Amino acid sequence: MFNSPVDSGILNLPRDSINEARYLGKSIASAVHNKIKDLSTLSIERASLRMLGIRGANQEGTPWVNIFTEKCLSANLIQNGVLMILAQVCKHTSMNPQQAVEMVSENRIHLNDLIEVNGSKEIKKLCDELANKAYQNLSNKKKERLNFINTLSSGTKPYLYVIVATGNIYEDVKQAKSAALLGADIIAVIRTTAQSLLDYIPQGITTEGFGGTAATQENFAVMREALDEVSQKTGRYIRLVNYCSGLAMPEIATLGLIEGLDIMVNDAVYGILFRDINSLRTLTDQEFSRRILSFGDIIIVTGEDNLIKTVDAKEMAHTVTASQIINYYLALKSGLKPGLIGLGHAFEMDPSESDSFLHELAQAWLVRDLFPQSPIKYMPPTRYMTGNIFRGMVLNAAFNLIGVLTNQEILLLGMPTEALHTPFIQDRFLSIENALYFKNAAGNLSNEFTLKESSLMRKRAIEVLNKAVNLLKVINQKGLFNALAEGTFASIKRPENMGRGFAGVFVKGSSYYNPFLSLLPDNATDETEA
Amino acid sequence: MMFLKPYGDTLNDGAIQISFSLPHPLNETSKKVSLELALKMGIANPKITFTQELGEGFSFFIIYGNLSHEIDIDSIKTSKVKEPIIDYWDINRLIEEKFNRKIVIVGATIGSDAHTVGLDAILSAKGYAGDVGLERYPVFQVHNLGSQILPELLLEKIMDKQADVVLVSQVVTQKNIHIHNLTQLVELIEGAGLRDHIITICGGPYLSKELALELGYDGGFGAHSLPSEVASFIARRLLEKSK
Ligand code: B12
Repeated sequence: MFNSPVDSGILNLPRDSINEARYLGKSIASAVHNKIKDLSTLSIERASLRMLGIRGANQEGTPWVNIFTEKCLSANLIQNGVLMILAQVCKHTSMNPQQAVEMVSENRIHLNDLIEVNGSKEIKKLCDELANKAYQNLSNKKKERLNFINTLSSGTKPYLYVIVATGNIYEDVKQAKSAALLGADIIAVIRTTAQSLLDYIPQGITTEGFGGTAATQENFAVMREALDEVSQKTGRYIRLVNYCSGLAMPEIATLGLIEGLDIMVNDAVYGILFRDINSLRTLTDQEFSRRILSFGDIIIVTGEDNLIKTVDAKEMAHTVTASQIINYYLALKSGLKPGLIGLGHAFEMDPSESDSFLHELAQAWLVRDLFPQSPIKYMPPTRYMTGNIFRGMVLNAAFNLIGVLTNQEILLLGMPTEALHTPFIQDRFLSIENALYFKNAAGNLSNEFTLKESSLMRKRAIEVLNKAVNLLKVINQKGLFNALAEGTFASIKRPENMGRGFAGVFVKGSSYYNPFLSLLPDNATDETEA
Repeated sequence: MMFLKPYGDTLNDGAIQISFSLPHPLNETSKKVSLELALKMGIANPKITFTQELGEGFSFFIIYGNLSHEIDIDSIKTSKVKEPIIDYWDINRLIEEKFNRKIVIVGATIGSDAHTVGLDAILSAKGYAGDVGLERYPVFQVHNLGSQILPELLLEKIMDKQADVVLVSQVVTQKNIHIHNLTQLVELIEGAGLRDHIITICGGPYLSKELALELGYDGGFGAHSLPSEVASFIARRLLEKSK
């Protein structure tokens, strides 16, 4: 779907710097991997239950998977992995997994009454059977979706990405369908404030959210159905996005897989820095989440745009590049192929500075040239948008021009009313019309370009790349966790034993078993390096 | 008497443009409705200059016309002229003289709101638009609690630090969540019997002084506020109170 390597390097970047950046990225990623490989988290355990298809909640709305996992924890059994315990319950009672989870959750079965969980062959075998069956089901579902997609056109690049955020899923549906009919290719449903801090997935169809709409399995299904309908109507496949982040990250990945999402915003570092989520917790969660997403062929998009939302974007541009490199190698390690790694960046420099457009263009080319096989997600101006919506249209046009000129694959369209409210229906129309003009009128512009050796943009890109390499060296030396603890990013210090969700991290016991760990893909390769 | 109305290129032409969507497909009915609405708004000679079918039973209109309303300038009352700024040195001196101790300020973004840039602009030493923040004033002792602080926790911190001033930021306003949060905080402060002992100030891009007073705050600051304005306000209030 996303695999058009763009003709290599308009910037003609120094090979040495690129190689060094890649080497450092790989090194940082494998150190992270080594550090987390013996860990699991409560959310990974819950995600594993959800992979089996367990769903639903008790009367108070607490999901069964949460209650069951808590029971395993308080019975001191969690270090075996919840699937081993569930298999044991199933075996003893001859119930199916859903029933077994509910019975335990409602205290009708007590885990302490179970004969001690050990790695007995029989239990392991049952565990494998359950997981294999689930895996097969999910594979079939995925194939079905692919078949559906193949009956439709996939649209043309750059894909136009718009958000809906009314707080009410039914209102979101109307706004999403309208956008698709007007030319949008990708619809993202923005989550309600603070969902990332919930250590569970809320339940049911929801109509009340603030700044966005709750991410629930039921809401995912409502939107997916609506987009499939409009896809059929337009003959163009409309992709669905949600956030795979926060404390429940792996569970959301599972729901994305089950409910046919196409793209998920996924970046642990954002949660660490801006939501004070514990670094061990969320990087461990991210690894498992990415393996799920890679199984589902779901594209991730990373959150580097956030690194320049509160600091000087021109001065700190290299932090974006460094983070992309790290994210890229972490993602490869988790099985995501380059074509599924949507690296994020943004048009956020102060537009009143001279040559700011050139600096933005240089940055966009740099990202494009560094990751020729990956879809790049380009985020529009937000910080310097004001109540002057007319000037906002000009900035968005400048952004769109860079987007098409540098072959960004996913253009998140800016709204003229960015400084005012989450988008109104007509804002989306104006923005789609704006982007379609550039796609149509300037889509082939990049073929016309070469840069002179002394180009200011080339110089700027090389400067950013070299600064990124220096930063990567520091991070590589300290390790990512220490770097986060010492405030290397955004001057925010996040020690690895503090922050939200730390209590949900545990060391896997010697008898820990989770068959999904061997079923899900990992270690993808980057063919450009072969 | 002097009347004021919009101007395009001829005095009193009333030239005005509006745009909106209707939850109705684009057809003769919705076009007629859009014109009738313009007339009801007092827009004479409304002309639809652009329409767009938005799908899903929605349509978009841009309309130009001539506003028939006008306003007598003399009938307008504005809240009295901006309080003059007390400068940095005077604030420090006046407070020092009067209180002979540091004034404790607690600041936070409350509820689920995670926007901190505005609050930091006012509090952090660096300040905003070249204007230094409250942390830079020797007479202020600032505790910036950051974002997503529940009103209950903020109250605890206010008591804990024996704050003289509380500064709260609210940026997300969808479904009036800010009103809800700000009201809750005021009620908690009142409930704890602290209302008269503490200066309460809220701020954010969609807040105004009027709204703040209505909600029971002492002061409110909207978009583009400067730290020096907030510092002056605090100083003035403190001095008034201690009279
Ligand atoms: C940067 C930004 C973010 C960053 C915030 C990073 C951070 N650490 O603060 C990130 C990316 C995290 C973010 C997230 C979200 N954001 Co945001 N964000 C913005 C953006 C682009 C700029 C805001 C900003 O920094 N302004 C600069 C500061 C200096 O201005 P200011 O806040 O107005 O502050 C000044 C005054 O208002 C005043 N002031 C402010 N607070 C206080 C307090 C006191 C006491 C005083 C005296 C004065 C004062 O003084 C300041 C200096 O003059 C705006 C769009 C825009 N261009 O305005 C959207 C915007 C504010 N965000 C919005 C939304 C909806 C969100 C999300 C909810 C989206 C989502 N569902 O995920 C999330 C929120 C998550 C959460 N839990 O809150 C909406 C709000 C819509 C609304 N009216 O409700 C906006 C308008 C964008 C949009 N059109 O959708 N956002």
